[in-house]
Formats: sequence, structure tokens, C-alpha cells
Amino acid sequence: MTTTLSRSATQVGQARGIGPRKARRNWAGWAFVGPFLIVFVLVLIAPVIYSIYLSLFRDQLIGGNAFVGLANYGQAITDPRFWESLGRVVLFLVVQVPIMLGVALIAALAIDSARLHWAPLFRLSIFLPYAVPAVVASLMWGFIYGTRFGLVGNIDSFFGIQLPAPLGSNLVLASIGNIVTWEFVGYNMLIFYSALRVIPGDLYEAAELDGANAFRIIRSIKLPALRSAIAISVIFSVIGSFQLFNEPNILQTLSPNTITTYFTPNMYAYNLSFAGQQFNYSATIAIIMGIITMIIAYVVQLSGTRKED
Amino acid sequence: MSIKTLQPQLARASRHHGNSREKRKSVTLTVIMSLLLVYALLPLFWLLVNSSKTQASLFSTFGLWFGGKFALWDNIVQTLTYDNGIFVRWLANTLLYVVVGAGGATFLATLAGYGLAKFTFPGKRAVFAVVLGAVAVPGTALAVPTFLMFSQLGLTNTIWAIILPSLISPFGLYLIWVYAQDAVPTELLEAARMDGAGEFRTFFTISLKLLTPGLATVLLFTVVATWNNYFLPLIMLSNPSLYPLTVGLNEWNAQSSTVGGQAIYNLVITGSFLTIVPIVVSFLFMQRFWQSGLAAGSVKA
Repeated sequence: MTTTLSRSATQVGQARGIGPRKARRNWAGWAFVGPFLIVFVLVLIAPVIYSIYLSLFRDQLIGGNAFVGLANYGQAITDPRFWESLGRVVLFLVVQVPIMLGVALIAALAIDSARLHWAPLFRLSIFLPYAVPAVVASLMWGFIYGTRFGLVGNIDSFFGIQLPAPLGSNLVLASIGNIVTWEFVGYNMLIFYSALRVIPGDLYEAAELDGANAFRIIRSIKLPALRSAIAISVIFSVIGSFQLFNEPNILQTLSPNTITTYFTPNMYAYNLSFAGQQFNYSATIAIIMGIITMIIAYVVQLSGTRKED
Repeated sequence: MSIKTLQPQLARASRHHGNSREKRKSVTLTVIMSLLLVYALLPLFWLLVNSSKTQASLFSTFGLWFGGKFALWDNIVQTLTYDNGIFVRWLANTLLYVVVGAGGATFLATLAGYGLAKFTFPGKRAVFAVVLGAVAVPGTALAVPTFLMFSQLGLTNTIWAIILPSLISPFGLYLIWVYAQDAVPTELLEAARMDGAGEFRTFFTISLKLLTPGLATVLLFTVVATWNNYFLPLIMLSNPSLYPLTVGLNEWNAQSSTVGGQAIYNLVITGSFLTIVPIVVSFLFMQRFWQSGLAAGSVKA
């Protein structure tokens, strides 16, 4: 992202012909950036450093809390619970994210197409779930999924059938995927839609003069213009999937048998800290997940911006 | 230089193709999109319907329509008064966290984003690298490490444990930085300097006004983030009188599901309903602002 940003900054400077005179070189900028940076260091940098420090120590029977080098990392690599939780979020990622972003993309193209009745109504309504807290979304869907007084229970008793329980062990991950999709499909739609809105109108007029149909315009003009918006959405969705916590943690109350304490890496780290008092190992899991997330975000960003250069 | 000369620039920044072009509306497309609309709104409708039911009717009537006694007002009164009005306390806490946390985050991000966009200063590149790297680090990844550190500092179980981490919005800084580049012309700042105005005076009297749409967008997203915050307060707080609504609601739900606990599903549902009303209303109310801000942000994104 940095390269894209600095490049566009230069472009702005060049376009105005003001080049180096763009801003004054002195310390005044620090007065504006300083307050942010102080808090930033306290709540972002310091915890990262502290948890790296923690991850290098371990409580031992003899000698108390001692330096163990990378032993905690070695333990994590051979920990089947960690691998199971990581595998689960990867599965979640490869299924849920494409579905959610695909639906969001189609919806954004439909709203932008000018062929939809009441487009603003659709835009606003589909975006609305984004404002609903994850806790409320999970409780609401959790009740709807419920076989006691939920919709699934209603359908069961109305038709006299027994639908597979959405919170049973086979379906619980898909049910969580549905909640996350519901929460974020409109948000991603809006990101895509905003990117579509800034495509200059003359491009469409030229394409129409050349006889291009709607699908051709989508493929040749709209999708290329969406490239970096899609990259951003993918990055945020990857981060969100790897950090999955709220939805399974809340549904655990309704379905304690199918959602384990190590259902996702974040739940594992949380339960290690708060149920197991294993702070050092918990910090190790958090660090490993942070590194994996950053690597993937970086790769996605590279592939998202490559063609433009 | 007056504001009037800026208008063409702003207009150019927000130019887009005219959707006003007359096109044949498609019924098929509208029907397909209506399915998505139903998907988005149906759970909210379910919540509204079931907020109006007594605990007994919840179990005995069909979920997607009103049934039994219409008990919305009773439920609201019960929600607000249950356990000595703890829900009102949670609501007040949430408001405190939102006003100070989201307000502070927006203020800090605006100052810093503007500083990065409009000044060169020693160390600027390093600041960029670190802050943009942090965009990729989500709050939840840091929650456990932050808890461990805050407990060393004795900050856990205080309001600061919630407010301090909420004050940082790397995404907000990024958005203001992008927005300020076009919205605040450097020539204007030069002119103000010629007139001898201090940098902060220029910022508060001129630049802030030009940044309003971007600022509103950041404010909206930080308000949503703090209003919806769950993981952080869950781990930081053990005193129920400091809980925000999200953690409190989950506590009620857990109590209902515990064997021997008093089942208050109707209060969980009505409480959920009351929790989303303010945020949904402010979304609709502020849409004019956040839509233009979001559009501007995505030009460069």
C-alpha cells in the first residue's frame, strides 16, 4: 500500500506543478502527528514488544519463570490444537470470503448499473447489518438457528420434519460463515460501489460508441478499475477470518458441545490466558497469528497492485 | 484565496459518471437484488417481532410474526429496570466509551492525517511505514497482549482499559491523509502563513471545515467500532458496572442458558433491539456525510 500511496502523492504534486514546495520542511508536522504517535506506541507497539518478550519465557516447575528461547514456538508448531484451529479458519477463509466478496461485487455492479429500481434503498438496506454489533448479530442468528424457539424450530414443527441443527458439529462453521457474511456483505459492497462511482463517464460513452455491451463494459472497464478495492477487501477479510472470535465465542453459550475452547486460534489464545493462566504460550500463539496475517496481507497487496505499475 | 476558488477542485475530486443517464430498468435484476435485501433485513425484522413477545409466547408462537400478547413496552420497561437498572448503566458506559473513544480517535487521526498530508518533517517516512504496517494488525490480534501489559500497569478493570486502545484508528488516519491531500489546497495554507497565522490556528479555522466529510466518515466508523466493541471489554473488565452493552447482553444470555440461572430470553432480545436502534438511526441520519467521504477515500485506495 505504501508504494501506491507515495506514488499518488507525487502525482498530485506534479499535477499542480508545485513539486518540492508542496509542504514546508520543518518540525511543525510533529506537533500534529505527535499525539497520535504517543498513544499509538502505548497501545500498539508496546503490547507487541511485550508479547514477544513474554513468548520467550515459560513457567517451569523448577526455577519459576525462566527464559526458554524459542521453545514456546516449537511447542506451538507441534501442538495439534493449534493446527486444528488454524486449519478451521483457513477452511473458513477459502469458502466464506469468496462467497461474501462475490455477492458483494455482484450487488455493487447491479446498483451501479442504473438498471435497478430503487437503487438507493438497496444500497442502504444491504449495508445496514454492518451497523449491528457482532454480539447482537450472533445472538439474533443464534436464536434463529435454535430448534427451541428459533425459525429452524418453527419450520421443523410446521412441516413435522427434523432439519439438521445449524449449530450441530457438521454445520456450525457454515452457520458462523453465514453470520459473518450477513454482517459484512454490505460493507464490501459499498467499498466496491464507491470505487465504481469514480470511473469517468466518458469511458462508458466511448465504450458504448464502440458497441460494447454491458458485460463487455464490466469486464474491460469496471473490473480493472475495482482491482485495488478488491485487494483491500480481500486483505480485511483475510484479517477478519484469521481473527475470528466474537461469533464463535458468543455462540458457544448456545452450543457448548460443538464449539471447543480452541475452535479458532484467537479463541485458543484467549482460553489459554483466561482459563489456563498460560500467558507465555498464549502470547506465542498471538504472535504467530500476527505474523501469518501480515505475510498474507502483504502477498495480497502485492498481487493487487502489480498490474498498475 | 477564497473558498469559492476551491469549488472546481472539490467538484473534480468527487466527479463521477452520471447514473442519471436514462436506462431501461430491469425487473429481473430488481427481483434478484430483492432476495439480498430480504436476507439483510429479515433477521432485523425477526428481532423487532420477538422484542414484542413475552417469554412464554417466544416459545409458543411463530417466529416471523407477532403473536400472543403485544409486550414490547413491558419488555422495554423490564429491560431497563431488571437488576436495579443495570442495562441503563451499561448504556451509559457504552456512551462514555463511544464519546471519548471514538471522538478522541477521530480527533487524533484527523490531526495526524493532516500533519502527514500537509507537512514534511524529519522522520516522516518512518512514521508512514510504521502506521501503514499497523493497518494490517487488527485490534483483536492485540487484545490478549494488551491485556497482559495493562494488567502489569494496573489498568485492567478501569475505563481506561477500554478508552485507550479505542483512541487509535490507523484506518481513520489513512482516510484523512488521502482526503486532506485534495481537500485542503497547499496554496491556501501558504496564503495563511503569509498572513502570519499559526499552523494550529489555520487548522482549526480553515482546514477542519474542508475536512468535514472525511472527518464524518472516520467518526462514523470509529463510533461503530467502539459501540460494537466486545473482545476488548470482555477481557479487560470483570466488574459488571463497567460493562458496555455488548458484554452485558452476552452475560444475560449466558445466565439464561445456565442450568438454574433465571431465563430472561425476552430481555436479551429486547436489549439487543434497544442496542441497535441508536446506531442504526445515526447511520441513516449521517449517510450524506459518510457516503461522500467513503467515495473520496476510495479514489486513491
